[in-house]
Amino acid sequence: MADAAVHGHEGHQDERGFFTRWFMSTNHKDIGILYLFTAGLLGFISVAFTVYMRMELMQPGVQFMCLEGARLFPTDTANCTPNGHLWNVLITAHGILMMFFVVIPALFGGFGNYLMPLQIGAPDMAFPRLNNLSYWLFVAGSALAISSVFSPGGNGQLGSGIGWVLYPPLSTTEGGFSTDLAIFAVHVSGASSILGAINMITTFLNMRAPGMTLFKVPLFSWSIFVTAWLILLALPVLAGAITMLLTDRNFGTTFFDPSGGGDPVLYQHILWFFGHPEVYIVILPGFGIISHVIATFSRKPIFGYLPMVWALIAIGVLGFVVWAHHMYTVGMSLTQQSYFMLATMVIAVPTGIKIFSWIATMWGGSVELKTPMLWAFGFLILFTTGGVTGIVLSQAAIDRAYHDTYYVVAHFHYVMSLGAVFAIFAGIYFYFPKMTGKMIPEWIGKTHFWAMFIGSNLTFFPQHFLGRQGMPRRYIDYPEAFALWNYVSSLGAFLSFSSFLFFIVSIFWVLLRVPRTAPANPWNEWADTLEWTLPSPPPEHTFETLPKQEEWDRQPSH
Amino acid sequence: MAHEKNHDYHILPPSLHPLVAAVGAFVMLFGAVLWMKGITLYMFFIGLAIVLYAMVAWWSDVIQESNVGDHTPVVRIGLRYGFIMFIMSEVMFFAAWFWSFFKHAMYPMQTFSEGQWPPPSIETFDPWHLPLINTLILLCSGAAATWAHHALVHENNRKDLANGIIIAVLLGLLFTTFQAYEYSEAAFGFSGNIYGANFFMATGFHGAHVIIGTIFLFVCYLRVRAGHFTPEKHIGFEAAAWYWHFVDVVWLFLFASIYIWGS
Repeated sequence: MADAAVHGHEGHQDERGFFTRWFMSTNHKDIGILYLFTAGLLGFISVAFTVYMRMELMQPGVQFMCLEGARLFPTDTANCTPNGHLWNVLITAHGILMMFFVVIPALFGGFGNYLMPLQIGAPDMAFPRLNNLSYWLFVAGSALAISSVFSPGGNGQLGSGIGWVLYPPLSTTEGGFSTDLAIFAVHVSGASSILGAINMITTFLNMRAPGMTLFKVPLFSWSIFVTAWLILLALPVLAGAITMLLTDRNFGTTFFDPSGGGDPVLYQHILWFFGHPEVYIVILPGFGIISHVIATFSRKPIFGYLPMVWALIAIGVLGFVVWAHHMYTVGMSLTQQSYFMLATMVIAVPTGIKIFSWIATMWGGSVELKTPMLWAFGFLILFTTGGVTGIVLSQAAIDRAYHDTYYVVAHFHYVMSLGAVFAIFAGIYFYFPKMTGKMIPEWIGKTHFWAMFIGSNLTFFPQHFLGRQGMPRRYIDYPEAFALWNYVSSLGAFLSFSSFLFFIVSIFWVLLRVPRTAPANPWNEWADTLEWTLPSPPPEHTFETLPKQEEWDRQPSH
Repeated sequence: MAHEKNHDYHILPPSLHPLVAAVGAFVMLFGAVLWMKGITLYMFFIGLAIVLYAMVAWWSDVIQESNVGDHTPVVRIGLRYGFIMFIMSEVMFFAAWFWSFFKHAMYPMQTFSEGQWPPPSIETFDPWHLPLINTLILLCSGAAATWAHHALVHENNRKDLANGIIIAVLLGLLFTTFQAYEYSEAAFGFSGNIYGANFFMATGFHGAHVIIGTIFLFVCYLRVRAGHFTPEKHIGFEAAAWYWHFVDVVWLFLFASIYIWGS
């Protein structure tokens, strides 16, 4: 056991009061837990919205979202005037919450904060107080986003129904002040993420344990470092774009209004210049978690550490030069489309390196199917599926048919909802014993996994068929012809949601009822990064004496 | 916090500032929305007051911590990294405004702009009058800040340090005054035309940064008077100087592209 752990553990009971510990924190581990908890809460709200949407889509005709009032039980379509605005509000809120307030805070804020300083042997983040500002700004942004849903908006109703991408002219003409609140919510969440990114990069560069050169840093910490650069360089551009929306809405500027010489397509360019790095911001920390889980439960070091690092960097760099593949149908020249098509396909190379390296890590290893490994398997299968449909969509010609259909919905839910979320769950099951000192019984994790794996595939796989049949996204209703696969998809959504409820109940049960028995390293000797040398849960202050090289350096050959 | 600490990093005690700042941000932005919709302007100013309070209290703490020696060499490296990255994020923020400008200048729309830049109905400023003078003022201001830095680092000459900073501050104020005068003389409006939108938002955000940089330098001046900063340890002033040069460079790009090339 590390000196540092012993120093930190002996005889120092936590003397902080509840308010001091959770509201005034300057402790990266506590802030990480706050991030995870809040992201989970917002995730629940956001998922609840989608369950309501899947209820509506279960049958053709509108049975729930009526102008006469939203229902919890289906009503005869004759008594129901469809309320498209409500539908649009739910879609918008789901997107904004998931993109800005659930996945980034969980992976980058939660796991990044908790684990990155531990993995590199740093006593805390470089700017511990700023770290807490990131967290509270994230909460302030979430409060603005939730207020936006309940504020006067377009069509004389509450909320704004403009889609998370906030395209003008819809977003510049939507009435009320709901949209303005949503714009400020994104501003605040962006500021939070940028401050977090500055903190992470500085910590990574300045506070690595003695002897830990850049290419000895564990892969999860590398993934956080690359993600932080993407956040630092992409989010300010978004801030500019939505500021233009704000002045167009409130002060009569014409950035996106052709009657004053403006151009709505400009917004799409600037948005996606942020938006494409954003999808890598979402998934890269997941890659980091998966690398550690697969190496641990294959009982082998990760295959090809250096290519894995360079693949992360390559994905990060390429992520900045492919944005317009989201906009093939806006009327770009053939040359532009060809370029963006080619550049997009190039990203499959570093991503392929990662996938094959994970498989090669398992090859010849003694694979243990513990819960985190199951989620990692699920991640590999689902993320690869989503990646393959991504290659299909990268073809500008094919995208003519698929653009804005359910095929796209299926694609990005496979990479994000199933890729990123499965990585989050792999991380939760992997690191829960470390964070709390409590083991989650295997049957809970396995039940949760199988229900969610089957449920989410049932939800999203049929959406490929719907997209190929030509069902467009973002509508409250559809013709009879699409009924079958929508029905299946809704059943899948209910199953996934049940598994999520089961997870929440189980986690609280474990937190309240299970004793703290987890050893420092509950897995095996291949979980060999520094966090596993600390007691579970780690003491308030870790690495008060910096770790020595022999405590973490397993591969002196690098 | 009775711990033995065997490293040079900075471990901070719990602090209320982040929570106060975030509450202030929420109140201020919610208030901004209410203000823009003509409902009330009080909420915005209450929020602004909370944010300003948090900034003053927080940065006072930072200066206090610096004075008691918490900013060891390794912490100072971290603070520099942090500030450089803050400036990088600011550069990317301006990238959005330049993007809008160059898009519209290189590919003007047929409606309103009639395919030309500047749009035929827009009468632009002559770059070689007030804008040129402003460019020189800002460059001189940057030179004064560098002179102050040089005086501190190489000669530990505190008189020149204070003089250099105050000259930079005064030139900054002069720039802001001239810019305000230029705005008042503009032959084009802010709303209803893309030229004015680009012009005022890009130069306006630059102007906001000039004002922030001026305040930053002025705080450094007060700190010099209070005896802060040594030739080895002056992160606050170094950051202010970097920020000031960043504002300079943004102006040079604005001057070259919007004022000269874009007219």
